[in-house]
Amino acid sequence: MKNQLLEKVAAKSQKQTLPKFKIGDTVDVHCLIKEGEKERVQIFNGTVISRRGSGISETITVRRIVNEQGVERIFPLHSPNIVDIKPVRSGRSRKAKLYYLRDRVGRSTRLKDEHTDQSDGTKE
Amino acid sequence: MMLLGKKIGMTQVYDENGRICPVTVVQAGPCTVLQVKTTQSDGYNAVQMGFEDVKPSRVKKPAEGHAKKAGAMAKRFVREWRLNDKQPQCKPGDAITVAGFEGVKTVDVVGTSKGKGFAGTMKRHAFGGFPASHGTERKHRAPGSQSGHGTDRGHGGNIKKGKRMSGHMGHSTVTTKNHKLISVDAENNLLVIKGAIAGPNGGYVIVKAGKSAVG
Repeated sequence: MKNQLLEKVAAKSQKQTLPKFKIGDTVDVHCLIKEGEKERVQIFNGTVISRRGSGISETITVRRIVNEQGVERIFPLHSPNIVDIKPVRSGRSRKAKLYYLRDRVGRSTRLKDEHTDQSDGTKE
Repeated sequence: MMLLGKKIGMTQVYDENGRICPVTVVQAGPCTVLQVKTTQSDGYNAVQMGFEDVKPSRVKKPAEGHAKKAGAMAKRFVREWRLNDKQPQCKPGDAITVAGFEGVKTVDVVGTSKGKGFAGTMKRHAFGGFPASHGTERKHRAPGSQSGHGTDRGHGGNIKKGKRMSGHMGHSTVTTKNHKLISVDAENNLLVIKGAIAGPNGGYVIVKAGKSAVG
């Protein structure tokens, strides 16, 4: 989206700052759910496996395993219904899209923590 | 209310319910009134307006002279706004801006669709074509037969008028109606319209206030 006028229009519904996290991180996505009059926040926990788009159309894909069944949700980052995205655990990834995790089961779906990775190196 | 403008492009906004809404941004006006037509002078009521200046060196003398009467530069895009029974409220040289769209719920947009060139029947009229295999040879996208005895009764062996065939597609005037008007930006002369409108980015469009009162 290069046009300045288009950006001006989109900027009105865009968030000023986005939470910081990396591909491979495990995050808690706080999403606002409206049930009739009531509003409550639901948390979706999982691994960020892709981040795509730019500007107002930027989205992330979060993957988790529920009852041995892989579940992926796509969240638009600028949606007012996404209240917060909190990184819970950092994971080391060498790729921008972690689609290979879809073919893995059990322990192999876990990514090495960035920090523990470093401490392992100093031990020896 | 009518205004001339230019399609800037499409983007997204979030509505009050937090749902994504696809929108087209149109830079509309300010348009200069070039001529006011009334029942007395021309037999009907209308306002002729122009959008975007043209360099004087690029314009024919009559167009330049016509604009001069309104004290304006010659315009690139000139159209008439028919008023039917209503009396025009403006005079030549007045500016019409997006401020007039304040409070309008829906708009109709007239644009010129993207040209597709000489297109076959599959693209132009959504014909089915022929199978890829099972003995089909050299006529996978062919239109099929034009006419037959049964369908051609009383036409003397000619093809019926209006038979859908290949030909030029696109670059035609397309009107899309009842677009929800999302917002009006008077500062930048922008109209934010829900949905897609005909034509390429940068194409000229006419935006009219819609007839339906319900947004």
